[in-house]
Amino acid sequence: MLDTELRTMIDEVKDGRMDRRAFVQRMLAFGLTAPMATQILAVGGVAMAQSPAPYKPTKRGGGGPLKLLWWQGATLLNPHFATGTKDQDGSRLFYEPLASWDANGNLCPILAAEIPSTQNGGLAADGKSVTWKLKAGVKWHDGKPFTADDVVFNWEYARDPATAALTIGVYQDITVEKIDDLTVRILFKNPTPFWADAFVAVVGCILPKHLFAEYKGAKSREAPNNLKPVGTGPYKFVEFKPGDLVRGEINPDYHMPNRPYFDTIEIKGGGDAVSAARAVIQTGEYDYAWNMQVEDEVLLRLEKGGKGKTVYTTGGDIEFIALNFTDPNTEIDGERSSMKTKHPLFSDPAVRKALALLIDREAVQKHIYGRAGRTTASFLNGPEQFVSKNTKWEFSVEKAIQVLEEAGWKAGADGIREKDGKKLKILYQTSINGPRQKTQAIVKQACRKAGIDIELKSVVASVFFSSDVANPDTYSKFYADIQMFQIPMTQPDPAQHMRRFHSRFVATKENKWQGRNFPRWVNKEFDAAIDAAEAETDPVKRAALYIKANDIMWQDTVTIAVQHRLKVGAAVNSLRPVLSGWTNDTDNIQDWYREA
Amino acid sequence: MRQYILRRLLIAVPSLLGISLVLFTVLALAPGDPFAELVTNPNVPPEVAAALRAKFGLDDPVSVRYLRWLAAMAQGDWGFSFVSRMDVDTLILQRLPTTLYVIGSAQVLALLIAIPVGVFAATRPYSIFDQIANTLAFIGFSLPTFFTGLLFILVFSITLDWLPFVYTTDIKATGIRWVIEQVRQAIMPVMVLGLFQAASMTRFVRSAMLDVIRLDYVTTARAKGLGQPRVIVKHAMRNAMIPVVTLVALQMPAVFGGAIVTEQIFRIPGIGSLLISSILSNDTPVVMAVTFVFACLVVLFNLIADILYGWLDPRISFR
Repeated sequence: MLDTELRTMIDEVKDGRMDRRAFVQRMLAFGLTAPMATQILAVGGVAMAQSPAPYKPTKRGGGGPLKLLWWQGATLLNPHFATGTKDQDGSRLFYEPLASWDANGNLCPILAAEIPSTQNGGLAADGKSVTWKLKAGVKWHDGKPFTADDVVFNWEYARDPATAALTIGVYQDITVEKIDDLTVRILFKNPTPFWADAFVAVVGCILPKHLFAEYKGAKSREAPNNLKPVGTGPYKFVEFKPGDLVRGEINPDYHMPNRPYFDTIEIKGGGDAVSAARAVIQTGEYDYAWNMQVEDEVLLRLEKGGKGKTVYTTGGDIEFIALNFTDPNTEIDGERSSMKTKHPLFSDPAVRKALALLIDREAVQKHIYGRAGRTTASFLNGPEQFVSKNTKWEFSVEKAIQVLEEAGWKAGADGIREKDGKKLKILYQTSINGPRQKTQAIVKQACRKAGIDIELKSVVASVFFSSDVANPDTYSKFYADIQMFQIPMTQPDPAQHMRRFHSRFVATKENKWQGRNFPRWVNKEFDAAIDAAEAETDPVKRAALYIKANDIMWQDTVTIAVQHRLKVGAAVNSLRPVLSGWTNDTDNIQDWYREA
Repeated sequence: MRQYILRRLLIAVPSLLGISLVLFTVLALAPGDPFAELVTNPNVPPEVAAALRAKFGLDDPVSVRYLRWLAAMAQGDWGFSFVSRMDVDTLILQRLPTTLYVIGSAQVLALLIAIPVGVFAATRPYSIFDQIANTLAFIGFSLPTFFTGLLFILVFSITLDWLPFVYTTDIKATGIRWVIEQVRQAIMPVMVLGLFQAASMTRFVRSAMLDVIRLDYVTTARAKGLGQPRVIVKHAMRNAMIPVVTLVALQMPAVFGGAIVTEQIFRIPGIGSLLISSILSNDTPVVMAVTFVFACLVVLFNLIADILYGWLDPRISFR
């Protein structure tokens, strides 16, 4: 696209002829957003802005208690073992990474002295290494100094398969070396355009070497500090009851000025989302509640004259319908949906196209997700620079009928279309979850009008999302024609999000259905785009490749986007939480405060 | 007597073994995977999930896993929670005090209402008092606890703003303030559970009492010129209590087991909520331990009930 123009502009910023703000504004004019622009500048050799947090308190402490309500309580407090956001959120109060993500997808230094950039020598030109400078004078809660040895240890700890850390994926393919007491370098095997994964945000939380060194590998589960965190965070550990309560108190030696604001912190767990919303919005018993998976109608009612309100953050979470490209009803070598079969109906692109025309995304947004959803045609919805402008969606029963008629699918005696003896009967599965069942009903109704018969099936979430090889109802086996669920984007980069549809990740019996490409869709052009993107260090070309990959998926109707989902929290009116759709709710907990 | 207890305890061993085998098999056959959340997390490579399964022995045959569990249990090792990565006994003991306090108070409340009301209603059957008590009892046990719980929250917490509806285990107060807060937050859950229990128990006490009160020996006692209170308390109630004791004894394990629905509504960190969250996250060692302890308590309290019969009615002998 605007490759040369962009380069000139970056040079202008470097020389000081154009200021950063102007650059960002120009980028906005091209349809890119601030985080994208800053990321471009970083790779282009300009230091990433250390985002100015509008933090008002002028002294540490004095804010009283901060009471958080999570309707699923943390069950463990070692960030490397965290199985879900609840555990990560709990550990993040005490442990800290080198940097966290802000609301716009920018990095903010936490334990790092500065964010690596080409200009400060942090980023290598070949994209194969990153050098982090650590903040001096940071102390663990027990008074020991924090050094590069701790950082290197965390890499050794997490990458050891015997430790069974859930962060192993982040650390296994990198090498971390100590340069001096306050400098570490991360080496990548291949040029890595997205370098801000290891030691960043929740998967990057750093454990103290002096307390965990003996518990690396198979002994990891015996570490007494798994349940009694000693970190560098704004709050010191007081008490932990799994599934119920995490409690902390102010760290008087915290390394950031005037922070934290609150004297004590607690995360209470358990219960359900609706009553959590009540306890914050209606009665104000708690200050903040997380993950408000509650119908918008209910939230709106609670907010009327209440003591709190809902807060929304945008990430890239996508609720979508996936189409099965293999036949779920034919068994080959003990495997249904085998790669050796073709789906009898969806092998005709017209059927896939008609289906996409029959999903009334606007109705789903209006009646189900409300303020927590946006309609979209794309699978990839963020960060902004990766979002395709070429895709569009439409809801039209007439057009769907026309497409089917043209392809030779004629209505039979029972009103259901058929061709060559194959009837348009589709099994539509999803997990049990109120909004999903309502979406199913909306889709079924529209399809009925177009002569497609939809059979609905809902599976308990704990089965649907399990990796149990013996169970036929898991989403990865996909023994149905279409299925719907949400894939969250856990970082502001599309690499992991898009990689899953690469043909080498097809879920089969051979890999115990652990492959992530469950639609079993194979497209050489898509594979090529992904492979190229993963090796591309030029941010603009890389973004273009992901946009292309997204467009191929859209043209082929592999997935039908139902809703781009926002994260919803509830906060009392006086609280100023610092949240981001790109990270956990507690990732910037040191910046939270209350205004009178 | 001692021989009887010893024999009963010996009989309990094979039945507990049988129970544990059934529990274990059912749990092993149940669908679900403790590491399900990892599967949708793109950060975690599938091999890690597989390695974790192997590490916790989930891929071994059921029989091997059962024997391993049994051997550990015999040595007092209750198992290791997949989800919290800590010992199951610590998890359970942490939640026991709250469970005993809330559910125990509810049971006491139920008994305090049910026995006087039931007995009094039985002495004057079909009187106004009896009618009202019966009506209330019917209403009481027709309303499920999740309904009354929500109703209480709406009325007492949201509309009137008198009571908190989130139960906290760390009240930041000392001395008398602490006691007051502790009682305040327990009022709603205890009332919800206690009134529900009281309703069915009142009906039970009433009918047990009615059966006894018409017997000849009660008439004899009256004929001797004994006063009404003495006849009721000393003669009738003692016999009428035998079925009630059975009912209460069988309910005692539930005191330890917690109340799943009520605990969930009021966020009480009791054993019931531990059980339900463990079931939902497929944390089988915790589910196994909780259900097995529950089974042991049922067996134990059955024995205690049998012994109490002998004390209440000396005609029952132990052989």
